[in-house]
Amino acid sequence: MAGPKYPGFDTLALHAGQSVDPVTGARAVPIYQTTSYVFRDTAHAASLFNMERAGHVYSRISNPTVAVFEERMAALEGGVGAIATASGQAALHLAIATLMDAGSHVVASAALYGGSHNLLGYTMKRFGIDTTFVSPRNTDEFRKAIKPNTRLLFGETLGNPGLDVLDIPQVSEIAHAAGVPLLVDATFTTPWLMKPFELGADLLYHSATKFLGGHGIAIGGVLVDSGRFDWEKSGKFPQLTAPYAGFHNMDFEEESGTRAFLLRARREGLRDFGACMAPMTAFQLLQGIETLHLRMPRHVESTRKVVAFLSKNSSVERILYPENPDHPDHALAKKLLPRGCGAVFSFDIKGGREAGRKFIEALRVFSHLANVGDAKSLVIHPATTTHYRMSDEDLKKAGIGPGTVRLSIGLEDAEDLIQDLERALAVAVRVK
Amino acid sequence: MQLQINGKAAFAYTAAHDIDPAKRTVAFVHGAGLDHSWWGLQSRYFGYHGFNVLAVDLPGHGRSAGPALATIGEMADWVKKFLDEKKIKSASVVGHSMGSLVALEFAARYPAIAERIALIGTAYPMKVGDAFLDAAQRNDQSAFDMETIWGHAPQVPLAGNPNPGMWMYGDTLARLARLAPGVLHTDLVACNGYGGGMEAAAKLKCPAQFILGARDMMTPPRGAEELMKAIGHSKAARVAISGHSLMAEAPDATLDALIAFLA
Repeated sequence: MAGPKYPGFDTLALHAGQSVDPVTGARAVPIYQTTSYVFRDTAHAASLFNMERAGHVYSRISNPTVAVFEERMAALEGGVGAIATASGQAALHLAIATLMDAGSHVVASAALYGGSHNLLGYTMKRFGIDTTFVSPRNTDEFRKAIKPNTRLLFGETLGNPGLDVLDIPQVSEIAHAAGVPLLVDATFTTPWLMKPFELGADLLYHSATKFLGGHGIAIGGVLVDSGRFDWEKSGKFPQLTAPYAGFHNMDFEEESGTRAFLLRARREGLRDFGACMAPMTAFQLLQGIETLHLRMPRHVESTRKVVAFLSKNSSVERILYPENPDHPDHALAKKLLPRGCGAVFSFDIKGGREAGRKFIEALRVFSHLANVGDAKSLVIHPATTTHYRMSDEDLKKAGIGPGTVRLSIGLEDAEDLIQDLERALAVAVRVK
Repeated sequence: MQLQINGKAAFAYTAAHDIDPAKRTVAFVHGAGLDHSWWGLQSRYFGYHGFNVLAVDLPGHGRSAGPALATIGEMADWVKKFLDEKKIKSASVVGHSMGSLVALEFAARYPAIAERIALIGTAYPMKVGDAFLDAAQRNDQSAFDMETIWGHAPQVPLAGNPNPGMWMYGDTLARLARLAPGVLHTDLVACNGYGGGMEAAAKLKCPAQFILGARDMMTPPRGAEELMKAIGHSKAARVAISGHSLMAEAPDATLDALIAFLA
């Protein structure tokens, strides 16, 4: 007898998390543009505050439109639940602030988005949380960097901007042997290209601003928990396993088991730090998620065409795309990313910084801006923009050279994109 | 609350309250493969509204040491021992699915202690299909899939969760993933093999409340009809929108039914 089946990815992308509005029958997710919710009576109010009943109290903590987005992302990732945040950076901060106190330590991949590098390398350090950065390609460095106060291992599914492929099965094994969880930034892959929880990650987050939305109109993030990490067994997270005076003396793990992390992150993190998502943003991101399964194959298909073109162009010195056999993570990518390596990649132009500048300025279809994952194709020069605060040494560790250019391939006609690149490369070469 | 029963660690959630002999007691007993936290909202409510709460982890589940108990009768006796350890002379027992059979058997074995029983998502006999049993015996993922999919109403994977931001399927799967090998199979065999339901129903003296999900695929409401007839004096509440996981799918309706019955 065939067993029961789960709904497929495409169906979840369109429906998960939404009960059709029982009053109006609205098919689209309604935008509950409200800060707060009328209590039925005083007893109901008290029950909501004391977590005896489910429901919404105040939109910084939860909101019906945002909850649809959260549940949909949890369903697509295969997690127990999710928390939407004001941005991807807010999601990373929420994860760290929920799990760590001053004196804690993170082991992170050196190949990170510049903002994440700043947060860990400088900002969190001010609050007593230190980070050791290691090469994502040498998983043994993760193991060696772990200290008694390490509370988290962290990396990007595809590193920014060199597309280092994080060996999640290996790194998660190292994390679990040390009794700590692995958090990954899955922004570049989306759940359509990779399911990090199936590979061993415990927590993940997205900058939903990128491929999830796809339209470049809304800033947002989302933090998803697999519910698989056993905080009690680890014994390293009193934040989740000991009574907390800041919230009814609650022992979050005892109270809710698999939901402990999200419970504290919502009830403390959103309450106190307040980096919540607006309902309009959730609605806008949901519009994007509904077509994620259609857009991602096209993003990947066009990227392959562009990479193939650049591979043959004499002005191009190096291409960092894991589907290319010369990429250091090619074999790992074939294993972990069978559907493709996404639509963001970097390449080096011969002629360094000046050639890179001229190239970017000559582009007509590509937009020069600080974003990726848009339906429109984008370009940026990391050394002077997204990663500009990093030292030369850190830039080198992250695989960024002075002439490195990052492209995000959109949904335009691929031939138009190639033509645009061909013309701009010719301009760059002429200058040289 | 952690204590020792038969020399093994035994746990019950008490909603952060000590046991007060002056208060009435409600014991919550979870279903197959689950644990005390399945009762989160409901147990918390009673703990903060004048009751002693003991939401137990049966042996081999949650924070209670294994092995899992093989029969419903052994589970009922284990609940009795837990109450004895805390010197509780009278308690209502609320059980879900497998736990509902434990509540029924407990009330039949210990009529002087059972104050009231609530049977949620129940059926008698509680037969388990061969495919489910076989998969559970092999500790195959498909057993967890069956428990997850049949354990919720058909609309659940696509519909909104009353608990904001949570995905019920993911939560159930994560709980099952934490189980020691063989525990789910032991539970399912216990449900499948329980044959004392009618005898227990005939002995039952205390008030009994059924709370049933109209969309329950695992224990459809018709599966409880014979038991209801046999008990005679029981009452039933049907929750239109819910499947088998009533505490998660319809937490308010389930809580309201419990308040009406127990408070």
